[in-house]
Amino acid sequence: MNVGQLIALAFSAILIQNVMLTQFLGTCPFLGVSKKSQSAIGMGLAVIFVITLSSILTWTVYWLILDPLNLQYMRTIVFILIISGVVQFVEMFIKKTAPVIYKMLGIYLPLITTNCAVLGVALININKEFNFIEMVVYSVGISVGYALVIYVFSTIRERIERAPIPESLKGTPIALIIAGIMSIAFIGFAGIL
Amino acid sequence: MNNKDNFLKGIFTENPVFMLVLGMCPVLAITTSVSNALGMGVAFTFVLIMSNVIISLIRKFIPNDVRIPAYIVVIATVVTIVDLFMQAYAYSLYESLGIFIPLIVVNCIVLGRAEAFASKNGVFASFIDALGMGVGYTLAITLISTVREVLGSGTFLGIDVFPFDLVQPASIFVIAPGAFITLGILLAIINAIRFKRAKKAQAKE
Repeated sequence: MNVGQLIALAFSAILIQNVMLTQFLGTCPFLGVSKKSQSAIGMGLAVIFVITLSSILTWTVYWLILDPLNLQYMRTIVFILIISGVVQFVEMFIKKTAPVIYKMLGIYLPLITTNCAVLGVALININKEFNFIEMVVYSVGISVGYALVIYVFSTIRERIERAPIPESLKGTPIALIIAGIMSIAFIGFAGIL
Repeated sequence: MNNKDNFLKGIFTENPVFMLVLGMCPVLAITTSVSNALGMGVAFTFVLIMSNVIISLIRKFIPNDVRIPAYIVVIATVVTIVDLFMQAYAYSLYESLGIFIPLIVVNCIVLGRAEAFASKNGVFASFIDALGMGVGYTLAITLISTVREVLGSGTFLGIDVFPFDLVQPASIFVIAPGAFITLGILLAIINAIRFKRAKKAQAKE
């Protein structure tokens, strides 16, 4: 795969196959942590960090250990253990080395274990039989796309908070409808590649 | 709490989809057709029952500090069983649900029930709780998928509901935006009914 194709893959991962708006992965934190743009940035950065790291680890473990030993069916169990291990390790590591970043990301890290985007991307990487470089580009692209969407979404929600909307639409219902409209906008990107 | 209430709370007052708004990823993704939703519902209920029962059985042996990883291993094992079973006996369903079968592992409802209910209650009560939650979840995704399939492709379980092209189906309901908008509007309707009831109850007092 040449550089041009890799750039195309990255763009398609960020915009066209946006993990949240077209593949519905990571909806819980998307709805839960997007009330303030500050926390959305924190969550977005934490997701980029964890998805990239855990994708590299799960890909390596799958192709170097599980595949040669014919243990492919163990992948769900192994991947979820790796991901929760990575999250725990990242949390401890950041706490020791960079207290400032820890203050910003700390509370979002434990939430990421149950973010299905992490396990989802790890499984997609295997299903699509990416090689190492494609896998890294795709994982970074997907997580950047997620961070972008959660940030944009949170800025819209901050304004919606002050808008006079019907009582029964407040909170999650209006958030879902906004997500639907954003998703329509993202369909437009399908034409760029 | 008796068994009947324990069962019914999963369907009404604590419905995982409409009341708790948990585990939304598969709710949005696989509700494009009623048959997908029913398949997902059965798989999900099975995982919930098995994991709740197993965790309730071993709850006294698990040290408190490592309980979450232990629960995740139990859930992941059950999910792997379901995954392989569907691959062998229901391949077309397995194909259309795709990645969302292994992703039941990280569904907040399953871990949530394990932590909130099965770790504190007996085996039978945990079984009833899981059954209620599973049925509530299945009913909710069936309702969403009915709306999406009827409006989006004009069929119900594959049967044409608008003969002679009386109504042109709006395909937006089966693609991504339709999922968000359908669920948003259904939640708003349920909220509206809830507020009305709460007001009536207040007026009576």
